[in-house]
Amino acid sequence: MLEIKGLGHRYADGHRALTGIDLGVERGELVCLVGPSGCGKSTLLRCVAGLLRPTEGTVTLDGNTVDRVPDGLAVVFQDYTRSLFPWLTVRDNVALVLRRRGLGRRERRAAAEEALAAVGLADAVRKYPWQLSGGMQQRAAIARALAYRPSLLLMDEPFGSVDAQTREDLEDLLLTVRGGEGGMTILLVTHDIDESVYVGDRVVVLTGAPGTVHTELRVDLPAPRDQIATREHPAFVALRAEVGRAVRRP
Amino acid sequence: MTGKEGVAGKEGVASEAGKVGLAGRARAVRGFVGRIWLAVLLLALWEAAARAAGDLYFPPPTEIASTARELWWSGPASRLFLSDKALDDFGPSLTHLLAGWAIAAAVGIAAGVAIGLSRVLFELLDPVLQLGRAIPPPTLIPFFLVVFGLGTEMQVATIVFGAVWPVLLNTVEGVRGVEPLYLDTARAFGFGRATRILRVVLPAAAPRTAAGLRVALGFALILMVIAELMGAGGGIGAHLNDAERGFLPTELWAGIALLGLIGYLLNGVFLLVERRLIGHHRERQD
Ligand SMILES: Nc1ncnc2c1ncn2[C@@H]1O[C@H](COP(=O)(O)OP(=O)(O)OP(=O)(O)O)[C@@H](O)[C@H]1O
Ligand SMILES: [Mg+2]
Repeated sequence: MLEIKGLGHRYADGHRALTGIDLGVERGELVCLVGPSGCGKSTLLRCVAGLLRPTEGTVTLDGNTVDRVPDGLAVVFQDYTRSLFPWLTVRDNVALVLRRRGLGRRERRAAAEEALAAVGLADAVRKYPWQLSGGMQQRAAIARALAYRPSLLLMDEPFGSVDAQTREDLEDLLLTVRGGEGGMTILLVTHDIDESVYVGDRVVVLTGAPGTVHTELRVDLPAPRDQIATREHPAFVALRAEVGRAVRRP
Repeated sequence: MTGKEGVAGKEGVASEAGKVGLAGRARAVRGFVGRIWLAVLLLALWEAAARAAGDLYFPPPTEIASTARELWWSGPASRLFLSDKALDDFGPSLTHLLAGWAIAAAVGIAAGVAIGLSRVLFELLDPVLQLGRAIPPPTLIPFFLVVFGLGTEMQVATIVFGAVWPVLLNTVEGVRGVEPLYLDTARAFGFGRATRILRVVLPAAAPRTAAGLRVALGFALILMVIAELMGAGGGIGAHLNDAERGFLPTELWAGIALLGLIGYLLNGVFLLVERRLIGHHRERQD
């Protein structure tokens, strides 16, 4: 579905962020990207999103070159504090992106409230983003992306600012949502090696700088994943060790 | 979405609204009293000084007020006590003022968004705009007089020319300053160009635009008076001219006080509307 070939990017200031990235992602697959800070993960996501035109190589989606933002895309930006619109309530932030789905105003609001409830923000729907804590803002941004029901979802460090328990709940929410109808292809950037193995079908380890693909690991773990059982599964333990080694020893 | 239960339970979004509301109102009343007492004192001093001096050119405020009442508020109750002269004076003045300001707002915002969004346009036009803004608007009155002759067009044109700059330049700055991630977010979720402008760019720039609109309102009032003083059939400026020619200092003062009052009220109404519309735009305040 998603095909990245020879992708490289050099920023206008001459900084080389990415080089020679080759990566294919199947429809419905959840691929985790891990790698040290500054290795170009966000840059890669921006290229896939069509927000940044790579200076080398191509990104194709269903055979079409990505030269603008593709349809059915949703993004959870790393900098979630500046991605919600401060002049709209949390609910209206979510409802705004649903306009494209051709829903009426009341349906949009209902869908927004449902999505916010799913991330534990049922009581904050009428608040403005700047009235929320960082973790709550981050969950609002996740709710917005999930409510949109994208076919391609890009998430940049989406669970970075929440407590461990909430983080696990959000991981499971993500796994439930992607299993739903339609099938969602997901690229998820994370710094948490355990998380990458727990939620991913595949883990791609990047190294910098400039960012390149270091290792790709398929995650073969029993299907309904479980926070306790999966994490003590021998295959899980082996995989996280392997990812850990790849991240540490470039 | 899934039917999954809320992830993190209920958030501590306790209803502090009630408490804040009461305390806020008490603070507002105290603030009002705190601000008004000096004005009252100054008026009283003025009154006493004017009575003591007994100078024809400096009538006491009570006399100015009663003259103003006589002139403009001696009409029938059905017309909010507005006299015929009030309609003749306020009608054209306020119509010109608001029409000029509205045109300046529309032009300023539309052009400001266009210029602010386009780097090419901005770099091309910025020097021209700086030059245009630097021209003192009243200097164009003779030109507008030549083009339009005496009357509404000339007055409105003068107001528009003066009031458009703060709106335009503030909107340009506001649009150029829009958080880039807001725009990326809008693009990522597939907002079209029109939606992006209406739903993201305009609201994001709104505080700056509003500041420009408020300055423009003040300019519009000044230019309205100047244009009317330059010669016009009606309006408050014409009243001032008549009072001057008729050697009626109290009526002159009444006109001055009236203009002050209009400026004060316009600004007050503007602030109220602004707070209602974009009060929560401002980022976290304490
Ligand atoms: N707009 C820019 N102009 C110039 N260089 C940039 C720009 N954005 C990012 N970079 C550089 O590109 C490199 C990769 O940045 P990127 O944000 O993609 O890293 P990342 O892997 O997402 O890091 P992190 O995990 O800290 O978010 C960094 O060295 C960064 O300094
Ligand atoms: Mg990043």
